[in-house]
Amino acid sequence: MTNGLLRKVYSLPSEPLAVEFRDVSYLASGRPILNHLSFQVPAGQTLILLGRSGSGKTTALRLINGLLMPSSGQVLVGGRPVSEWDLIDLRRKTGYVIQESGLFPHFTVERNVGLVPSLLKWAAPEQGARVRELLDQIGLPHAEFGRRRPGELSGGQRQRVGVARALAARPGLMLLDEPFGALDPVTRLELQRQLLDLRERELITSVFVTHDVREALKLGTVIGLLNRGELEFFGSPAEFQESEGDEARRFLEVLK
Amino acid sequence: MIPHGMLEDLGELSLEHLEMVFIAMLAAAAIAIPGAILLSRKPRISRWGLGFANILQTVPSLALFGFLIPIPFLGVGKATAVVALTLYALLPILRNTLVGITGVDAAVRESAVAMGMTPGQILWQVELPLGAKAILAGVRIATVTTIGTATIAAAIGAGGLGVFIFRGIAEFDTVQILAGAIPAALMALLADELLGWVERRVA
Ligand SMILES: Nc1ncnc2c1ncn2[C@@H]1O[C@H](COP(=O)(O)OP(=O)(O)OP(=O)(O)O)[C@@H](O)[C@H]1O
Ligand SMILES: [Mg+2]
Repeated sequence: MTNGLLRKVYSLPSEPLAVEFRDVSYLASGRPILNHLSFQVPAGQTLILLGRSGSGKTTALRLINGLLMPSSGQVLVGGRPVSEWDLIDLRRKTGYVIQESGLFPHFTVERNVGLVPSLLKWAAPEQGARVRELLDQIGLPHAEFGRRRPGELSGGQRQRVGVARALAARPGLMLLDEPFGALDPVTRLELQRQLLDLRERELITSVFVTHDVREALKLGTVIGLLNRGELEFFGSPAEFQESEGDEARRFLEVLK
Repeated sequence: MIPHGMLEDLGELSLEHLEMVFIAMLAAAAIAIPGAILLSRKPRISRWGLGFANILQTVPSLALFGFLIPIPFLGVGKATAVVALTLYALLPILRNTLVGITGVDAAVRESAVAMGMTPGQILWQVELPLGAKAILAGVRIATVTTIGTATIAAAIGAGGLGVFIFRGIAEFDTVQILAGAIPAALMALLADELLGWVERRVA
């Protein structure tokens, strides 16, 4: 009995986790990559990090789940500095979709998606149900795709499995690094919708990296624009569209 | 003509040969695989580790056997031979294990860390399975080489198929030389096939 109760507790959605940067700088081999970033993403919001290639978007994401530690300043998740979190715990509560999908080539799709639930020791039936549910949601039905290896999927299918894997343990925070890069516009739209639905259903904080303005305006509740490691703009999508900043205007050019 | 008693000797010497190789391979794998895992965590020391194993392999095998004889508790015989063969087998296993583990795709490694896997989980569930092919190839190469090198063990009285070869050389007896060389070569080929099969099964 007790066992059953404990099990249930695991699969409850985690509390959404707020993210805050306090004067964060990051240097790589002495070169500044991020310069004095300060911003707040309240729990349940979706921050879109916009910026050109090399502007520091991925670096900023990696600071949030402790893959990198800031050279100065503080990153807070759920109000607690990342340096004070048990990193294993933080990462299991944080879904992460990396640019290249990073699926385990020796695991089936099923095992890839079920990875974090299995690390968290969810009961097998519950794991199985969650995996099925997610695979259906991303349009890769379990019966057809569950037993395949990532090598037997297309690039876009791999990306979708990457998203499902990040969502599996109902994280309170999602970090997505250009998750829809390799998708056709139709599937891309579909996944964007699903992400919006998800935000309504399960309260979740997201930091979403993209260089696509349209995607940013559609998905963001807040937008941050990085330009060579500086946060040139931070505010609502509406404010962004009115922004007079040089880089912001260059991005908005695209819409015209 | 096969001289009287040679067949009985052949069986016994082959077994002796196999035994030496087997023990040496177990010991080498037991040292080199964990060693390579440690080295993979410390890139700076890893060059030293590989360098050391490299130097070991450049010592001529007969000399290595000789060097070990004066060491207490070893002396002339099997123990010395096994130690020397073990030292020889270290490098290929060490190098291949290191390549296997450090060769894991950076994106896969990053996502393993980012999913909240512990270092132990990453080792057992990601690095070792993905490196298995390379590690097994190292064991196969080391085994084949060791079977050949083990013929020299007879020079320090450790027995094995080398006994025929050394006796044949001393007595100018080609049949005896072949009686040692052919089974050793067959043994090496067989080991290569068998371990190659295991390697393919793992892939
Ligand atoms: N380990 C490192 N050492 C030195 N420089 C680095 C390192 N990692 C990244 N950089 C540099 O930091 C800058 C920001 O990199 P980052 O990966 O954050 O960019 P990005 O905005 O994600 O780009 P993209 O859209 O191309 O993925 C780049 O100029 C990159 O060359
Ligand atoms: Mg990037």
